Amino acid sequence: MNAPVLPPAGGCGGIDLRQEDGQRAVFCGLTGIVWLHRKIRDAFFLVVGSRTCAHLIQSAAGVMIFAEPRFATAIIDERDLAGLADANDELDRVVSRLIERRPDIKLLFLVGSCPSEVIKLDLSRAAQRLSARMAPVRVLNYSGSGIETTFTQGEDACLAALVPDLPREAPDAAPSLLVVGSLADVVEDQFRRTFAAMGIADLRFLPARRAGEMPAVGRGTRYLLAQPFLADTARALDGLGARRLCAPFPLGAEGTTGWLRAAAEAFGVSEETFATATASGRARAETALAAYRDKLGGRRVFFFPDSQLEVPLARFLARELGAELVEVGTPYLHRAHLAAEIELLPDGTRVTEGQSLDDQMDRCRAARPDLTVCGLGLANPLEAEGLATKWSIELLFTPVQGYEQAGDLAELFARPLRRRALLEV
Amino acid sequence: MQLTLWTYEGPPHIGAMRIATAMRGLHYVLHAPQGDTYADLLFTMIERRDRRPPVTYTTFRAQDLGRDTAELFKTAVAEAHARFAPQAMIVGASCTAELIQDDPGGLARALDLPIPVVPLELPAYQKKENWGAAETFYRLVRALAGPAVSRPVREPGRRPLCNVLGPTALGFRHRDDLVEVRALLDRLGVDVNVVAPLDATPADLARLGAADFNVVLYPETARSAADYLKKHHGQPFTREVPIGVGGTRRFVEEVAALAGLDAGPVLDGAGSRLPWYSRSVDSTYLTAKRVFVFGDATHAIGLARVAARELGFTVVGLGTYSREFAREVRAEAAEHGVEALITDDYLDVEAAIRAAAPELVLGTQMERHVAKRLGLPCAVISAPVHVQDFPARHSPQMGFAGADVLFDTLVHPLMMGLEEHLLGMFREDPEFHDGVAPSHLGGRPAATPEAVGRAPVETPEASAPASPGPAGADAIWAPDAEKELKKIPFFVRGKARSNTEKFARERRLPLITLETLYDAKAHFGR
Repeated sequence: MNAPVLPPAGGCGGIDLRQEDGQRAVFCGLTGIVWLHRKIRDAFFLVVGSRTCAHLIQSAAGVMIFAEPRFATAIIDERDLAGLADANDELDRVVSRLIERRPDIKLLFLVGSCPSEVIKLDLSRAAQRLSARMAPVRVLNYSGSGIETTFTQGEDACLAALVPDLPREAPDAAPSLLVVGSLADVVEDQFRRTFAAMGIADLRFLPARRAGEMPAVGRGTRYLLAQPFLADTARALDGLGARRLCAPFPLGAEGTTGWLRAAAEAFGVSEETFATATASGRARAETALAAYRDKLGGRRVFFFPDSQLEVPLARFLARELGAELVEVGTPYLHRAHLAAEIELLPDGTRVTEGQSLDDQMDRCRAARPDLTVCGLGLANPLEAEGLATKWSIELLFTPVQGYEQAGDLAELFARPLRRRALLEV
Repeated sequence: MQLTLWTYEGPPHIGAMRIATAMRGLHYVLHAPQGDTYADLLFTMIERRDRRPPVTYTTFRAQDLGRDTAELFKTAVAEAHARFAPQAMIVGASCTAELIQDDPGGLARALDLPIPVVPLELPAYQKKENWGAAETFYRLVRALAGPAVSRPVREPGRRPLCNVLGPTALGFRHRDDLVEVRALLDRLGVDVNVVAPLDATPADLARLGAADFNVVLYPETARSAADYLKKHHGQPFTREVPIGVGGTRRFVEEVAALAGLDAGPVLDGAGSRLPWYSRSVDSTYLTAKRVFVFGDATHAIGLARVAARELGFTVVGLGTYSREFAREVRAEAAEHGVEALITDDYLDVEAAIRAAAPELVLGTQMERHVAKRLGLPCAVISAPVHVQDFPARHSPQMGFAGADVLFDTLVHPLMMGLEEHLLGMFREDPEFHDGVAPSHLGGRPAATPEAVGRAPVETPEASAPASPGPAGADAIWAPDAEKELKKIPFFVRGKARSNTEKFARERRLPLITLETLYDAKAHFGR
């Protein structure tokens, strides 16, 4: 706990990377269910866990906003632990009841949790057994446990679980482009139009909006990561012969251009076609961002670790809006996937991987940044200490990728500052 | 395993956090994996607290399991003590750490810290949040209240002294209830020694024994501590919960008796507006409104009494998710001639609400959603809490001011119902149908004959009975009977329909005629 900050790890571009270990203030991977179940509309997420798991999802989901959601918890009780009830029989019973209630479900995820991992409940075998029994409902499993996953890693685990199940592309199929990581529908549609204008018509998304529409993958697949937290999914796709296109992430105009360009280069799109296809988007993003340079330029920003989006967001704030980065905390830094991002960060940017909460709060208080990006547990306490905060979970729930959302993304950071300027009380 | 879509209560360590967060100078070290830190946001976002809960989580990960999680825990305790310098600490495990059996109590004891460290055993796979809160408070009181002291006989002129037990962080209106109860005690001539756990320090808990008696506001969190103080410190405690005019009056009488004071001046003084508002003729329409009540035990019992005795409603359902208080709720339900519903499965509650066909639901946020689906008016009267349950204005549930709040809370959703009824009465008028905006919003009467005659609020699923019943085929409605049914105000139409169908079913009538409708009406009465 609260270990002293380790010396710079080195070997990562021109940034000042440090690793830290201690108390963390992050969600576990179960939280991803809150947006994943909205994305895959005929999927149900059944957490096999404790009352704490049920309480977490309910609290993270904004406290009971949906009347009957497509997620639930099979709560392990003392009978299961004492061996009085066979956990597998119990699980079968719960799943049968669930599928009876919800005949609209085509895909069921059994989601492992901390307790199910610790008692070594084998959910992959359960998923196989239930897949056979519940056909045509497909049953898959992944772990969203807090001992193995941090917040957005839950999405990574979920998508990685989908990969072995994806249809296989014929070996001689023409190259296709796959965008990996859940995006808002509106953003997907915008990208679809831009890629079409570039002449890339065979565009697919993982996850698809419906279980029956998941994309085929094979040796011809070139994929772009839309999110920076998809290490396991990428590894699984690589295993099928798909190839990742190295790119920054599509946050802000510069990131979006770099991301689109990686595909353009891989698919032999001419510079002229690329320029034409992206011109209007770039121009609109520029117009939208110009208004925010005054508001965010020179502002000192501190990121607490949360979603692994911190590095691309910091790059956007620094390069496109002129903000100054005090510290960029991230729960985990994937050096390879973020190589293009790290390259773009200002020299000497302090990046902290991992967390020792109390020490980091001390540094934040000492630095008195103009804006602190942090989780919901820290935001109000820091506001009460006089620091302006932006709660980071909104950066995941709001469509922020692509040219058309560049201004919205800037607005998310500018609003807390504007609000403070407005209030006279 | 239990399939759970929504839960009424969190795990027991959340209850412990409600005690730790309520208090000052106390720190909680929780052996838990990283995801469990979500609990902070309950306090900082739902309750809008301006400080982090005083909780250090060990946030162990899979890689630590193979190594030494016990050492991780000891380091966390030692560092929390050094950094926060609390007067006392509580230590325990969340559900996952309970499985790895590191013995937080023993590990903390081995550190030999110079402050009291109270170990908590909160079985996460058996118990829930309120139990965890009660157990934590009881353990703290037991550890810190010290040995029994003999209180000197009260000198003449010294005001009696009491403790107020029960208010916690994240409690349903606890902040405002406390203001009312303090004012009541002051008017009675009773001084408050310690309020706990809210804003109390461990040092304050050591002074509990100085009081003459204890006031228990929320039995869910404070009864076990009060039992202990009664047994070991000879302090009697109150049983009456001051919810509603009647509840408040009984509470005042009970406190006066415990304190050896005269309740008269307070009872005769300015009270609540509720009695007059309830007697006011405009309230006549509230008579025998069918109400379904569900919540924690304290609020469910209190609100059932207010509904029946102070507003003249009929309680058609009463239940709680607080299994620890099932006996009390059953006894109260018997008073209302209904069977208590004791469950923590909100689907059971939904089914019970459908079956009871109430005109008003008093429940938690979960029942609010159920009521919305059924098209019923609803008021929230109990935890689990929502950000809306921490209003900026003073909004107590207890005391005479609390009774005023309850009158508004229970009647306002129905006033909307009355408006809808009036709209229903005028539905033949060209100005009043769902095809036209309200006239004050610039709506103009339009000639849309097909809309005329349709009731403005038609909620077929809502008003239809839950299931047609097992015995045989249902009778068919004759067109004139069906038309007559539509003339009944929408909020009792569902009940009229189900009663008539039941009447027909029992008599094996194949067709429901006008005659059947009125025969059934006479049979069931109202």
